Amino acid sequence: MPRTITIDPVTRIEGHARITIKLDDAGKVDDALFHVTQFRGFEKFCEGRPFPEMPSLTARTCGICPVSHLMAASKACDSLMAVEIPPVGAKLRKVMNYAQMTQSHALSFFHLSSPDMLLGWDAEPAKRNVLGVMVEFPELARDGIRLRQIGQTIIAILGKKKIHPAWMVPGGVNSSLTADKRDDILRMAEEGLDIAQRTLTWFETQLPAFSEEADHFGNFPSLFLGLVSAEGKLEHYDGFLRVKDHTGKIIEDMVPTDNYQDIVGEAVESFSYMKFPYYKPMGYPKGMYRVGPLARLNLCDSCGTPLADEALLRFRQIQQGPVLSSFHYHYARLIEIVHALERINELLRESDILSEHVRARARGNRRRGIGIAEAPRGTLIHDYHIDEHCLMTKANLIIATGHNNLAMNQGVKQVAQHWVDGNKLQEHMLNRVEAVIRCYDPCLSCATHALGKMPLHIQLLDTQGKVMDELTRS
Amino acid sequence: MSTQPHIITLTIDGRELSATVDDSILTIARQHKIDIPTLCFLEGLSTWGACRLCLVEIEGTPKLLSACTTKCVENMVVKTDTERLKQHRKMIIELLFAERNHICSVCVSNGACELQSLAQECGVDHVSVPYRYPSLQLDSSHDLFRLDNNRCILCTRCVRVCDEIEGAHTWDVAGRGIDAHVLTDLNTLWGDSESCTSCGKCVQVCPTGALVQKGTAVAEMHKQREFLPYLTKMRRNHP
Ligand code: SF4
Ligand code: FES
Repeated sequence: MPRTITIDPVTRIEGHARITIKLDDAGKVDDALFHVTQFRGFEKFCEGRPFPEMPSLTARTCGICPVSHLMAASKACDSLMAVEIPPVGAKLRKVMNYAQMTQSHALSFFHLSSPDMLLGWDAEPAKRNVLGVMVEFPELARDGIRLRQIGQTIIAILGKKKIHPAWMVPGGVNSSLTADKRDDILRMAEEGLDIAQRTLTWFETQLPAFSEEADHFGNFPSLFLGLVSAEGKLEHYDGFLRVKDHTGKIIEDMVPTDNYQDIVGEAVESFSYMKFPYYKPMGYPKGMYRVGPLARLNLCDSCGTPLADEALLRFRQIQQGPVLSSFHYHYARLIEIVHALERINELLRESDILSEHVRARARGNRRRGIGIAEAPRGTLIHDYHIDEHCLMTKANLIIATGHNNLAMNQGVKQVAQHWVDGNKLQEHMLNRVEAVIRCYDPCLSCATHALGKMPLHIQLLDTQGKVMDELTRS
Repeated sequence: MSTQPHIITLTIDGRELSATVDDSILTIARQHKIDIPTLCFLEGLSTWGACRLCLVEIEGTPKLLSACTTKCVENMVVKTDTERLKQHRKMIIELLFAERNHICSVCVSNGACELQSLAQECGVDHVSVPYRYPSLQLDSSHDLFRLDNNRCILCTRCVRVCDEIEGAHTWDVAGRGIDAHVLTDLNTLWGDSESCTSCGKCVQVCPTGALVQKGTAVAEMHKQREFLPYLTKMRRNHP
């Protein structure tokens, strides 16, 4: 009998989601859909507000990656003001962004995903969590906690607050760095780098054990999109958009961020509150692309820091051309942590880093401002319009997880086809379906800018779409 | 005729204190470091008595009276810190929060707002009445300043400072009850106001993030009010 299996809700991701698997008459997977069941009206309640409030306002979309929103929003405001921000202001923003990258990737890898890898996808759900890891692999768990703490502490030192610091402002940052704070951060970055390197080495030795997952966790051709620097290096703050196809061919390069709409379109589907961005020239849904750590490492010519570049060479041994398996988001994340900490170290050693000139001031001088930065989960786009009195008339936010929406659906389908057999529904199959979603480290509260939670809804459908069974939970 | 002020004695919170008949309860309490919360009152401006936060209990009077507008009387017995008063103050603050859209976390005055700090002092940890979430306009037309009606508590400090100190009388309150709101030049955009001298006094006296300087980001609006008592004193001495 054809039926629909629903996993509801997906655990250990940020936000709320539901997965539906449609089976055909033979009990084989016909289709799988990843639904986001949360709706938020963030873009709406920005309307009418003064644009300098936008960094703090949009940072509230998320308690996990507020810094990324602060940054994209501040950049959009810089653009509205039509100012060039003081170089040290930009450097300090970058330091905070790298700290954010470190803490967010550490959270994703150690807290959310390592339980699957370390304890096995088939382990008892009650134990398959970070506490379980703590019992069986105390050292790794300790490393993870410390690494996240380092990222958060650096954010707190700069912004005087761990979550929602109001330090990044339109025009730069609102306070400069002192020598002792710099030294504290440098010490922590060094300690963090040791941990990151240790974890990376360990992960590389474990890779062969995960080959089945690597082969079937969202392993498919797609485009990749993200920022690269003017020299084509890994870039998280400035730079230009690049798009590569699955063969490694660069199909768009050095696209100024202001022109993002030339290459990114947004589609809507009735089964999810999350928008479906796609690569415009290829149309929807053919223009599916991935963003985030995996995409960034596939896109850049090099990382530009020594240890990350060494790791990048090893990463690229996985296959000819871009690495296609979404499983390797995890690998890419670890390399990015190394890179982030190396960059913090470099930036803080620059001779002008203690300069007090960290902010430019101006009114809104343009009617539209676009700010694009790389958040831990991928390219983050803030696009603002203001009126003659500098009040917001329109905001469009495209969030990292949104870009990956099409690819996540594709990934879920692939995993479902490989592991789910409708006649024998087993825990391990469902676990892997969930785990493929976690590869992308989705942050759904951001991606939908949610206003509230929809009641969870499970449906069993036959081939005619007739509801065979139904379960609702509020 | 003697020019000596008439000195009387009253009791505030059990302490016997002397005052003149021209002194308000608030003035004497403050002189003796007895804390009474206030919002609409501001040293240097005329008293208005609108916010009712300074309510006190007076023996023999069933009604609560505002300390800022009530003058001292011989043998008066005043209580400023009873459970009943605490409950009233809490409720007033809750109603202020519920009335408009005070969203501290994204407000430029976060951390330097009188409403916010009073709420903390009075132990307002939640709002027990439903929020109204009105849809209110901002006036951002002035070159330097901005009015955000969402954060206004109608204390009229801006109206008074503009009229009494600057002498421009740009501000007024229009509408009644729940529809009351402040406006410039009888409902002209602030940026088009002909009376406004752009002195910024209204911004500095505003207790919340309703009147702010442009170009400030969240939590960056710190107001300076020290100028006010100084200005009034100078005027009194040099009429
Ligand atoms: S704008 Fe400020 S000063 Fe004027 S009435 Fe409102 S809260 Fe009071
Ligand atoms: S301070 Fe007395 S009524 Fe407002």
